Amino acid sequence: MSTPTGSAWVDGSGSRLTKFNFIRRVNWGRLSVVSVPTLWLAIFFFIPFLVVFKISLSESAIAVPPYTSLLEWDLEESYLNLKLNLGNYLYLFEDTFYIDAYLSSIKIAGISTVFTLLIAFPIAYMIARSKPSARGLLLALVILPFWTSFLLRVYAWMGFLKKNGLINEFLLGAGIIDQPLIMLQTDFAVYIGIVYTYLPFMVLPLYSALEKMDMTLLEAAEDLGSRPATSFFLITVPMAMPGIIAGCMLVFIPAVGEFVIPSLLGGSDTLMIGRVLWDEFFLNRDWPMASAVAIVMLIVLVLPIMLIRNSQGKEEAI
Amino acid sequence: MNPKKLGLAAALAVSVSTAAIAEEQVVNFYNWSDYISPEILENFTKETGIKVNYDVYDSNEGLEAKLMAGGSGYDVVVPTGSFLERQVQAGIYAEIDRSQLSNYDNLDSVMLEKISRHDAGNKHNVPYAWGTIGLGYNVDMLKERLGDIPVDSLDIIFKPEIAAKLKDCGITLLDSPAEVVAIALNYLGLDPNSEKKADLKKASKLLKSVRDNYRKFDSSGYISDLANGDTCVALGYNGDVLQAQGRAEEAGQGVNIGYSIPKEGTLVWFDLLAIPSDAPHKQAAHKLIDYILKGESAASISNFAYYAVANKAAEPMVLEEVLNNPGIYPSDEVKANLFPQNAHAAKFDRLLTRTWSGIKTGR
Repeated sequence: MSTPTGSAWVDGSGSRLTKFNFIRRVNWGRLSVVSVPTLWLAIFFFIPFLVVFKISLSESAIAVPPYTSLLEWDLEESYLNLKLNLGNYLYLFEDTFYIDAYLSSIKIAGISTVFTLLIAFPIAYMIARSKPSARGLLLALVILPFWTSFLLRVYAWMGFLKKNGLINEFLLGAGIIDQPLIMLQTDFAVYIGIVYTYLPFMVLPLYSALEKMDMTLLEAAEDLGSRPATSFFLITVPMAMPGIIAGCMLVFIPAVGEFVIPSLLGGSDTLMIGRVLWDEFFLNRDWPMASAVAIVMLIVLVLPIMLIRNSQGKEEAI
Repeated sequence: MNPKKLGLAAALAVSVSTAAIAEEQVVNFYNWSDYISPEILENFTKETGIKVNYDVYDSNEGLEAKLMAGGSGYDVVVPTGSFLERQVQAGIYAEIDRSQLSNYDNLDSVMLEKISRHDAGNKHNVPYAWGTIGLGYNVDMLKERLGDIPVDSLDIIFKPEIAAKLKDCGITLLDSPAEVVAIALNYLGLDPNSEKKADLKKASKLLKSVRDNYRKFDSSGYISDLANGDTCVALGYNGDVLQAQGRAEEAGQGVNIGYSIPKEGTLVWFDLLAIPSDAPHKQAAHKLIDYILKGESAASISNFAYYAVANKAAEPMVLEEVLNNPGIYPSDEVKANLFPQNAHAAKFDRLLTRTWSGIKTGR
């Protein structure tokens, strides 16, 4: 589920920005501009969502496909029976295991997002303040890792983190530790994997927000006697806020549903909802239950984010 | 029949008739990775003119998801027994037409009998290869920690006082709830295929009591971990452990890997050739299966993948080092202690997965 939600939001926020700049100048383009992302959302987000939602209301069956259909024609009586099964949703709350998994995913994604922000902000700030001629190259360096397969990069981290990996060899050789550190198959490795993988998604929106910032504001603050730290928190951070919010969403949302990183770098006791979903789908072969887990994950994620965006929209209107 | 189904039937009828015309040219073979020597497929194409589209997977679950979604387009697939058992119930396999298999008599009737527990009368399958789950271990690390004792018992992973001595060098178990729980139940002297809640609880209690000594539950990474000396004991598939042994020898780092079938008895699995009922090239599929049943082909599979084949005609052509390896072809005495794992009811599978998550995460 992480990919469709992720890409849907990328597109949602991106289209919103272009929409605002565009409409002020050219009114006739409104319809065509809005229709493209709307169509995109409908085809790649809304319709798949409805399909998953439909499956979540059915019951699992030993058949192809492995669930019952919601609508049944009764030709003799000319009835159309609609059978909805809410049991899957109820079951999610019967067993605290699912709630634990949601909370644990949100915790891992949340901590990773904070660290990604802390690392990405200085990078984005530096790029935005460097010479315009150098910016292109620096941004290319941020994006460059995407040229290699994501899976390969995660495997590379396994090589760094394992017991006889590069980091341990170096620390042992330098005499800093005398027992190899166990880093692989821990939550620590999962945090590293997520922060590393999603860093560009945080850097890019931060950069675009910081680049637009008017430097004279900082000079004015300095002239009026503000300390650099105060200016940073009173001017730079609020001006970068749209970038911070966009970046945090781009990292947090896919990280919650992340499956590959925790299964490769995490331990067997790293509990994340992506893994639970996998188990429901592949081990229990219960597609309806897996769909219900995915739908609830979406609601848990999307609702608070929509509230944030709503309140933001109101502020912009003022 | 509802209108939608009628339409589907019509579409199927059309596709079947076009398939009949286009038959004989290709066969889509979906197999486990590293499971067949490439020359078998090349020779098959040379002899019959049928092109083989070869594709690989690495988990039964992945194969099942594809087949259950329908319209996979594959003609020959290789599920494991307990998976095939349930998939046959779902009606996704065509019956095998033995009149098209001239080499069927090469198969070992004793093994066929065992396999029929998964599929009555073996109507939907033809055996491909079989193997066991057992203990892969680092000979020197174990000797250092446990002394000079024979490694032939599940005690070393199920007895907390022994497992604790191996905690530092690493114990891994397959991340496969049905198989590991079956082995644990058998170790406890219970029916390995029991679906009783109380029995599952006992198995869970056993695994939880040693859980702290396990490094991880893992179904593929243990091959390289064993070969590199990162793990000292792994409960894994025999072919995987032998692969680790080969890799360790090649690397020449002095890592010495052994495999043993535990004396308490262990699980035997069968990978079976089957034809999906919606396979577009059924005749070509039968021809490919018949080719694989030839003694030379089966022997070449056994020599390549280090798994046993249930093919009598193959035996004289299987390399001595493979045929005499008790980890691949166990003695009849050991064979008597092997049990297959049956497919479970959906309700029990749910309970099993939940219990397994509990064991893994300590919840």
